[in-house]
Amino acid sequence: MNKGKNMNGSQIIIDALKKEGVNTIFGYPGGVVIPLFDALYGESELRVILNRHEQAAVHAADGYARSSGKVGVALVTSGPGATNTITGIATAKLDSIPIVVISGQVKNDFIGTDGFQEVDMSGLTRPVCKHSYLVSDIKDLGRVFKEAFHIAQSGRPGPVSIDIPTDVITASIRNYQYPEKVELPGYKPTISGNPRQIKKLAQEIQIAEKPLFYTGGGIVSSGAEQALLQVVEKTNIPFVSTLMGLGSIPSDHPLFLGMPGMHGRYAANHAMMQCDLLIAVGARFDDRVTGDIRRFAPNAVIAHIDIDPAEIGKNVLTAIPVVGDAKHILNSLNEHLKPREANGWCKAVIKWKEETPLIYERRESEPAAPQYVIETLSRLVDEDAVIVTDVGQHQMFTALYYRHRKPRSFITSGGLGTMGFGLPAAMGAQMANPEKQVIAVCGDGGFQMNIQELATCALNCINVKILVLNNEYLGMVRQWQEMFWNKHYSKVCLRQRSNCPPNCKGPNAACPEKYFPDFVKVAEANGVLGLRAEKASEVESVLKEGFVHPGPVLMECLVRKEENVYPMVPAGKAIDEILMGNERILK
Amino acid sequence: MKEKHTIRMKVVNTVGVMARITGLISQRGYNIDNIIASPSEDPNIYTVHLVLTETEEKIEQIGKQLNKLVDVIKVSDISHNRNYIVREFIMVKISTNKNRSELLQLISLFEAKVLDLCAHYVVASMTGSPRTIMRFLDAVHPFGIMELDRSGEFAVKDE
Ligand SMILES: Cc1cc2nc3c(=O)[nH]c(=O)nc-3n(C[C@H](O)[C@H](O)[C@H](O)COP(=O)(O)OP(=O)(O)OC[C@H]3O[C@@H](n4cnc5c(N)ncnc54)[C@H](O)[C@@H]3O)c2cc1C
Ligand SMILES: Cc1ncc(C[n+]2csc(CCOP(=O)(O)OP(=O)(O)O)c2C)c(N)n1
Repeated sequence: MNKGKNMNGSQIIIDALKKEGVNTIFGYPGGVVIPLFDALYGESELRVILNRHEQAAVHAADGYARSSGKVGVALVTSGPGATNTITGIATAKLDSIPIVVISGQVKNDFIGTDGFQEVDMSGLTRPVCKHSYLVSDIKDLGRVFKEAFHIAQSGRPGPVSIDIPTDVITASIRNYQYPEKVELPGYKPTISGNPRQIKKLAQEIQIAEKPLFYTGGGIVSSGAEQALLQVVEKTNIPFVSTLMGLGSIPSDHPLFLGMPGMHGRYAANHAMMQCDLLIAVGARFDDRVTGDIRRFAPNAVIAHIDIDPAEIGKNVLTAIPVVGDAKHILNSLNEHLKPREANGWCKAVIKWKEETPLIYERRESEPAAPQYVIETLSRLVDEDAVIVTDVGQHQMFTALYYRHRKPRSFITSGGLGTMGFGLPAAMGAQMANPEKQVIAVCGDGGFQMNIQELATCALNCINVKILVLNNEYLGMVRQWQEMFWNKHYSKVCLRQRSNCPPNCKGPNAACPEKYFPDFVKVAEANGVLGLRAEKASEVESVLKEGFVHPGPVLMECLVRKEENVYPMVPAGKAIDEILMGNERILK
Repeated sequence: MKEKHTIRMKVVNTVGVMARITGLISQRGYNIDNIIASPSEDPNIYTVHLVLTETEEKIEQIGKQLNKLVDVIKVSDISHNRNYIVREFIMVKISTNKNRSELLQLISLFEAKVLDLCAHYVVASMTGSPRTIMRFLDAVHPFGIMELDRSGEFAVKDE
């Protein structure tokens, strides 16, 4: 349509975004990108959400991508705008999430002069993104966008950074056309797996006595949920899912043993340790999952299906590597598999699961148990609700106690474990799914890391439901201090003042105010409805009220302060050396 | 066991490709023994030769990570591959204070070239396989090496 047209950089960028199907971007303006924001002024097909911090803009783009499978886009200025995105980019990289981050840069002539608001963005992002560009010539602009979107979402997805000097944004060229194809001689992801390897894997599966599927985030990014379901149901092979794969198959599926790992379920961890064939699909043998790697799955032949050849053999010795896309490979594997009855192993591991339910102590009058809040949430939400968490104990409670139902409906920062992710990522998820209920589950610590986004929610009618589990501690760190550091609660009390008595045992009735900060007031000051449940008995009514409210809501639940996440495998132990936590409850 | 590995890569000649390669290697905690990048027959494609001392498994992992870089077209570990002709170029300044004639004899024996000769030292250059270079340097070592510059190894595939 623009053939033969004179186009400037801003127009090229906007045209490229539209051609890539983008309709929402999260951004923050500044000097060098004013020309681009000028071109966005009055633009009706591209909605720009003005976040209150660039980190939040990138997390929002990330939440958009995770919940929709599309590429999320953030747009920021040079210098501090660019550096503020780094945590967001690294978060997306560690969880393999497709986003494109566009940053302005100082003029080409000023690059390398320590000019005002100059930072080497392509250098800063290099180790934390899948690919990065500095576009110094407008001739390359269209091609770079085409490549960036292709790279972000193909193969193993990941973030791509595009840094654009301001004179490229304002320059113009004749005869511009958005390229139709990408030409990247060094980039060709493998999709279909090697047929011989697939056949070999099928044979191993037929003869294995104690097979187990270990599935992860790759199932979600591949869209392999149905393919996986068909394989496990045909063969009656039990499966576990990492934090990143939760929801890919409903968590009440009879063959599902739960999440394995540091806070994994008993049955999942014991099955990992005792299986004779471990088939990893789109999972990367992270240390949170394997525990002491030298003692991990000692009897197992390991098969690994992954689109990234560098993941195979990285942490464990792999007997049957299959490089390619999970969905393709599971579908071809399925063709080679004969139906199997549930054998003794399958029945045994399911029995382990039944014998080791998650338990916690309930008491009505006190602040609620965090587990109870999550169970109540799980009971009250819509079937297609999207749950986004922050990082900490509440994240693990949600992973464990929430009934996961659908793919892309549990969103969490697993690899980087970024506090402050929850609220902005939920905003992105809400923008991508305007009809769905989107809930951000946060701790009182992490919530304060991007609390400024309440204003963005209110003004843009981003109707997220924010559930804050307030234990007045940096709970996850406090748990480690309680268990492994002689209860030295060093700098984890969120109510600690400079003049607290030295022997203080943490938040108590003698603290000067009842709440600090008063989240309900903070919410109200930002135009967001604030509700609070002080006791377990109030949780349900607060959630119900919050869910029917048409706008964004902050639902604060005071929770038991010194609750711990169980099961837990202490760092450095084998994953069957689990502390179940029942001792505390039975006592 | 840690061993010397020579990795040969074809890369697209883009701004920052060397930074990506060296950054990746240091990011993963490895040391580069030497690295050379130079244009190939196609000006858009560069050949990079990289020498690392690491275990087989780590080299394999590094190779896979390098392959993931969008600008990297091909990565081959040529260390144990006889189908490559490997050469290195060196320039060396050697003291002539000990036994000048014996030294000059050695230099010609190895078919090295004398570039300069003066009262106290000789400057020689030499091109050879890694093994020949090592032998030569061992041989002249007792005379006193005052300065040594090496190009690093590079290779061509010999089908
Ligand atoms: C406080 C805290 C505690 C944690 N505790 C646990 C725990 O107890 N248990 C747990 O499981 N995790 C836990 N985690 C998360 C953990 O750190 C890792 O993020 C997680 O285990 C990694 O999940 P994954 O293996 O599924 O890999 P992901 O990071 O999701 O990676 C996906 C893998 O799939 C591959 N892939 C991508 N696309 C495809 C495709 N199309 N086809 C095939 N393969 C593909 C990728 O190459 C990659 O190897 C915790 C995190 C935090 C913050
Ligand atoms: C940005 C960042 N800083 C520090 C940490 C380390 N960290 C992990 S969990 C945690 C405590 C989280 O506390 P809170 O948000 O209150 O949640 P809770 O654990 O109490 O549920 C901390 C400090 C982190 N993951 N991210």
